[in-house]
Amino acid sequence: MGDSTQEVVLAADGRPLKQSLRRALMRQKMRAVMLVAPLLIFVIVTFIVPILSMLFRSVENDIVANTIPGTVIELSEWDGSTGEPPHEDVYRNLFIDLFKAEEAKQHTRLGSRLNYEQSGLSSLFRTTGRSLDGIGELWQDPLEDIDPAFEDGAFWYEMMSGSGGEGLLEQRRGLMAAMSGEEMTGDVGFVPSQQIVEMLPWTARAYTDFAIWAAIQDKDTVSEEDPWESVYGALGMDLTNPETISAINSYGGPGANALKAAAENIDQLPQEGFREAFVAEDDDWGSSDIWGTIKLYSPNMTPGYFLNSVDLQLTPEGIETKPANEQIYTKLFIRTLVMALIITASCIVLGYPVAWLLSNLPMRTSSLLMILVLLPFWTSLLVRTSAWKVLLQQQGVINEILVWLGFVNDADRLILMNNATGTVIAMTHILLPFMVLPLYSVMKTIPPSYQRAAKSLGATNWTAFWRVYFPQSVPGIGAGSILVFILAIGYYITPEIVGGTDGVFISNRIAYHISSSLNWGLAAALGSILLVVVLGLYWCYDKIVGIDNVKLGG
Amino acid sequence: MQLIKTLTASTALLVVASGAAFADDHMASDMTLVSWGGAYQNSQVKAYAEPYVANNPGVSITWDESSAEAVAKLRAMNEANNVTWDLVDVVAADAMRLCDEGLAMEIDADEDLAAAPDGTSAEDDFGDLLVSDCFIPQIVYSTTFGYRNDMVPDGTPEPTDICALFDTETYPGMRSLEKRPINNMEWALLCDGVAKGDVYDVLETPEGQQQALDKLATIKDSVIWWSAGADTPQLLADGEVFMGSTYNGRLFSAIVEQDQPISMLWDAQVFDLDGWIIPAGLPEERLARVKDFVKFATDTQRLADQAKYISYGPARASSAPMVGKHAELGVDMAPHMPTDPENAKNTFLYNYEFWADYRDDIDAKFQAWLAQ
Repeated sequence: MGDSTQEVVLAADGRPLKQSLRRALMRQKMRAVMLVAPLLIFVIVTFIVPILSMLFRSVENDIVANTIPGTVIELSEWDGSTGEPPHEDVYRNLFIDLFKAEEAKQHTRLGSRLNYEQSGLSSLFRTTGRSLDGIGELWQDPLEDIDPAFEDGAFWYEMMSGSGGEGLLEQRRGLMAAMSGEEMTGDVGFVPSQQIVEMLPWTARAYTDFAIWAAIQDKDTVSEEDPWESVYGALGMDLTNPETISAINSYGGPGANALKAAAENIDQLPQEGFREAFVAEDDDWGSSDIWGTIKLYSPNMTPGYFLNSVDLQLTPEGIETKPANEQIYTKLFIRTLVMALIITASCIVLGYPVAWLLSNLPMRTSSLLMILVLLPFWTSLLVRTSAWKVLLQQQGVINEILVWLGFVNDADRLILMNNATGTVIAMTHILLPFMVLPLYSVMKTIPPSYQRAAKSLGATNWTAFWRVYFPQSVPGIGAGSILVFILAIGYYITPEIVGGTDGVFISNRIAYHISSSLNWGLAAALGSILLVVVLGLYWCYDKIVGIDNVKLGG
Repeated sequence: MQLIKTLTASTALLVVASGAAFADDHMASDMTLVSWGGAYQNSQVKAYAEPYVANNPGVSITWDESSAEAVAKLRAMNEANNVTWDLVDVVAADAMRLCDEGLAMEIDADEDLAAAPDGTSAEDDFGDLLVSDCFIPQIVYSTTFGYRNDMVPDGTPEPTDICALFDTETYPGMRSLEKRPINNMEWALLCDGVAKGDVYDVLETPEGQQQALDKLATIKDSVIWWSAGADTPQLLADGEVFMGSTYNGRLFSAIVEQDQPISMLWDAQVFDLDGWIIPAGLPEERLARVKDFVKFATDTQRLADQAKYISYGPARASSAPMVGKHAELGVDMAPHMPTDPENAKNTFLYNYEFWADYRDDIDAKFQAWLAQ
């Protein structure tokens, strides 16, 4: 009484009761987690992670910045609205970036990526890739005429190497790794000389790229290899800078004589810049359209794939709708939803009486019926679909019978497949067990006495069914509908085989982009939208019907 | 004494045997080849794989029927850094894409492939068919039309012109065409008055693409679109369509092997190539085995042998004169080859470059048009 100290309840082992309770609960929880862990890990590793990484491709766009990094940075200062092509420095960077991308065979990948946005870019990158050597030789040939020392790989190595340029080496190594997707670790056997890096910045970059590639990828000794043509082009770039010329004149390190000779004879080098060289290979390089597209798609993330999958496109002027003759995806999404609803509805109409019969017939007959329901369920999907082909085609079984019975004329046989009708018929059949089974398991639990009671209270057969029996079977309809609808919305093989052109779903386009056009970004965007739509519908269903009302059994 | 002799003899044998095993030690003993399945893969098994295994006992070959998705799968394998295929059969356009993306290995024809029996180098023997640095051609095939000769209306001559495709009045009945723009767009323009040499120039422009689609629209209601090569022969055999496009080898087996009332239309058929690529970045032992196999499987005799089983033309000039009779039916194969001069009078050359660039663009329009 009036005691302010709280009595701590102790457990048998002398610990506070609360603590040991918590510990016991903790142990139980841990045990539960351990029990589900194998499945959880399995699902995460084999299902969730791959799906998320695939979906991430729908916004991922680092290929542009990884393949032509210098160009992208330089291009960010260009104003596309003037209609003028970008500054010479952009073309210089493009030459150096593209040259190493060509060595790593990455430039065509970039071309294919940009071709999704503007056709013609794929061949532009491919043909330009082939002519890069030629552009480099525009500078290489006169340089070698001025001083034959430039022909010699060992001379270049001696001139370029030194100490202090580790920063540049590591920077270029990082860029090379990002571009090629390979590690690029290892000893290059070359460190740029700091003096050269400051005096000949372009040349140092190009030569370092060459050295990294030769040493790590080709496993060659850098000093024994002739440099890439891009190194000569880069020296040409440096020699247009008056400060470089004066620096060369006061330079006394390795290769000073050759450099001085080159600096004195710059009039023998091409007087045009790299813009002219690129435009000479292909006029398109001078078009601001091309550069606009490259600039637009240079960020690491892009909404482009998502816009494409709802028939919009990103242009330098903003988001626009695609031309009417290229709009396809919204139509396909709507068709997929509508047809999945039709299939679900026909499954309810056909499945409900069957399930009712199954649950009300005596055991022996109902087991036989059950086997009939399950038999097609156990048959291969492809076999069933092909069987429908035989039944539905114009010279097929159904048409033959109808003609024989005289219901239709031989001349106008029904067109039952290669259209939406075919898809609905075949898919309703294939998905029917998914409706019948949940319905059956719910109906099995409805006591027949309820209906008898209703009738004894004066209800007609219909009222007894509609007011008493049907409401109790709704959870089964709900479960069956969710199953059928969600399966139908992602169906692929059946529409492909019997759907013709107006019976195909959005999943057929996803498959096309995954395996045929290789536009995985677009496929991922379409897939993400489909996933969101399904989740959204599920949410609506939960709000309207309530997910608690869904019963898969008992 | 006897015992010692036996021992020495068996030791000697053992040494010889292990020496032989040693000689092969730098090559892997199993290979995974990827092909198209069906009669075509069968011809490869009979003409290349079985004789190779007979010469190299202990080598086991696994076949994977994934050529249709080869580009996508190779790309995925490459990203996962685990290429499980050793040799992949693809069409030339796919070989170019794989080569472009660095997923296929570049080949030196003269070094990696066998010379012809008369000493002609492989490079000259394959000639123009070496369309990509990574591509090892095997066969020439064409996409052409077959028609039901019993469904030609009485009193009408059998079709000899590709444009019978669009003439539903003279030749009523359904048609089957591949569910993609490639080839169909070209045929539509040819039959809309565009000269053969101008087709791709016209198709480059949006107006030309629309023109082709408009021409196709005239028969849209009577077209069944196929996506597997086996569809058209089946549709023809069932009498579902009057005429349809497919690969000439498929038609050959429907006509000659299954004796269906089908005839072949050799006009403006599209010439294409099929061959091997070696995936890039194979480990040395596997690469050595594959190179050994490829050298054998693409020599003059082997390519000629393949033509015994399927009516595709061998890709080597030196194999053509050696094409004989069908292995089981004994029919002369030469007149059924797409390379036969009688058949190749009016062929259409497929433009790989064009489709590499415009495929996505035109396909979007084509699919939107189909969906309308």
